[in-house]
Amino acid sequence: MTAPLLSVQNLTVDFTTRSGMVHVLEDVSFDIGAGEIIGIIGESGSGKSVTAYTVMGILDHAARIRSGRIAFEGTDVLQMDRRSRDNWRGKEASIIFQNPRTALNPIRAVGDQIADVIARHTPARASEVRGRAVAALKQVRIPDPERRMAAFPFELSGGLCQRIGIAIALACAPKLLIADEPTTGLDVTTQAVIMDLIRALASERGMSVALITHDLALAAEYCDRIVIMHAGHVVETAKTEDIIARPRHPYTARLLRSVPSLVDRIDELQAIEGSLPDLRREDLPPCRFAERCDRRLPTCDAGKFEAALVGPGHTVACRNPL
Amino acid sequence: MTRIALRLLSAIPTLFGVVIVTFLLTRVLPGDPAVFFASNPSMSTDDIAALREQLGLDKSLIEQFWIYLVALFQGDLGNSLTTGQTVMTEIINRLPASAELTVFAFLLAIGVSLPLGLAAALRPGSLIDHLSRLISTLGVSMPTFVTGLLLIYVFYFLLGVAPEPIGRMDPFLFDPPKVTGMLTVDALIAGDMEVFRAAFTQMILPAVTMALFALAPLTRMTRAAMLGTLGSEFVRTARASGLSRRKIIFTYAFRNALLPVVTTMGMTFSYMLGANVLVERVFSWPGIGAFAMDSIINLDYAPLQGFMLVMAAIFILVNLTTDIVVTIIDPRASK
Repeated sequence: MTAPLLSVQNLTVDFTTRSGMVHVLEDVSFDIGAGEIIGIIGESGSGKSVTAYTVMGILDHAARIRSGRIAFEGTDVLQMDRRSRDNWRGKEASIIFQNPRTALNPIRAVGDQIADVIARHTPARASEVRGRAVAALKQVRIPDPERRMAAFPFELSGGLCQRIGIAIALACAPKLLIADEPTTGLDVTTQAVIMDLIRALASERGMSVALITHDLALAAEYCDRIVIMHAGHVVETAKTEDIIARPRHPYTARLLRSVPSLVDRIDELQAIEGSLPDLRREDLPPCRFAERCDRRLPTCDAGKFEAALVGPGHTVACRNPL
Repeated sequence: MTRIALRLLSAIPTLFGVVIVTFLLTRVLPGDPAVFFASNPSMSTDDIAALREQLGLDKSLIEQFWIYLVALFQGDLGNSLTTGQTVMTEIINRLPASAELTVFAFLLAIGVSLPLGLAAALRPGSLIDHLSRLISTLGVSMPTFVTGLLLIYVFYFLLGVAPEPIGRMDPFLFDPPKVTGMLTVDALIAGDMEVFRAAFTQMILPAVTMALFALAPLTRMTRAAMLGTLGSEFVRTARASGLSRRKIIFTYAFRNALLPVVTTMGMTFSYMLGANVLVERVFSWPGIGAFAMDSIINLDYAPLQGFMLVMAAIFILVNLTTDIVVTIIDPRASK
């Protein structure tokens, strides 16, 4: 693989809350290559959205970035000043969110919301901005884009709102799109349509996509590579087919057995016992899955360990991999 | 447009209800106006009975109401027993004084509370946030007449920077030619800066008193609404799109935050009309609030009913304005 577009290295993020420090991310590392679609998978609370928000710089005030690097084309975005970061986001990288309806300004016409982004990042004249906003709507296959410019989010369906969200995100042709559970709030048919659209737009533009989802089956269908997260750790990274066929981390294996469409028979379907450890604890074990793991060894608790390469492009953070 | 027309039509039953309630409320006030006005030791019970007949108080409640209603439709609000003027004249003479004071106080309150609430929401926990909380708490917990007296004590009695709290005008100056009845406006129309300054300085203390009262709900609502929209998902989208801070704060967060603020403004303005009664009393302001208070004390029914009717009409107008403004801001409201 050539130099990645985005390289997240040893990212550690805590949240200060009233009930103590929450260790949300610890040493999270992964790469996204140019034009690649990767899936970031994990259950709720695994830190996948926080990772995305850290990249975009939209964490809330309680978050503390303890350490790490987020290199975009070699530049650490965490070291950028606010101005450069504002110029960067929306233009080089952008994000779409889980609830398309609430992610849009309810009292501003959708065309104006797209135009705001275009006007911000390109030195275009007002008349050109409108034309480009219409083009952005056309690109996400919205029928009758001229007329839709004046529509408000409450007048549009969830699927159309998500298309508007995508149009806003892609208006300035970013190199990276982060899709944070883009289809969770939509019905199944709309889900497929939106995912197909994202994939098609990505390949048209050679754009990289980070698909954040808890839906392993969805990720398996659309992603080139998959990053599995658990309780703020990246536990396994591999090509999609390797993850599905040869999972090495016990958590990944258990996750696969819990997805209806990935098991052969219904009685093979198994839930993962236990739940995420309380991330406020100060005595979190080096492997945060250890307390739920049936392959736990005494050495699992003996100090920090690094993710190891177990195959081409396949890394696992486990002392006793499958 | 049809919506606004419908709203206006729906005000009619409300107004009718107000007419009934004000009529009944004034009748249940303790005391007999005939006795009150005949408070002359030489008057006999016959004289009192005659007076009662003259005032129409000997008729049944229904009859009295009917007479009142018919007169009302002819634009006749009755006569004030204490001043001898028609109630209509009294209200027309006094309303501008109250309106001038209330509107000025209201603008003052908006001018302070919106920036204050905004600044407090942008930096929660900062000095300005604590300041806004202090002002809100003071505004809520201090009755207007206490604030008024306190301001008079400090700025007139101790510091001597404010003029004597004896009404709208320096007694040594003449009123400007009457156009609107609002002295500051009329003085400006006449181009008389000396009169304007005099009228304006008279207005400052009572206006500040009322503004302090209105400041609390407006600041709190602005702060809360701004915190809400600043933390909302669409502001997150705007931030993630790299939009400028200014655009995010004003076009995205503030415009959305304005919706509840405008509603609160309407309510606050209505409350201010009520607070007027006491503030006008404290500052000897010759407005309709003070007039209504005198009427209650003198058991003068007609002006009291007229006052309540005018207030109700203003309430309805304020609510209508609020509705229209909300419709302009929020496209969802017009569906």
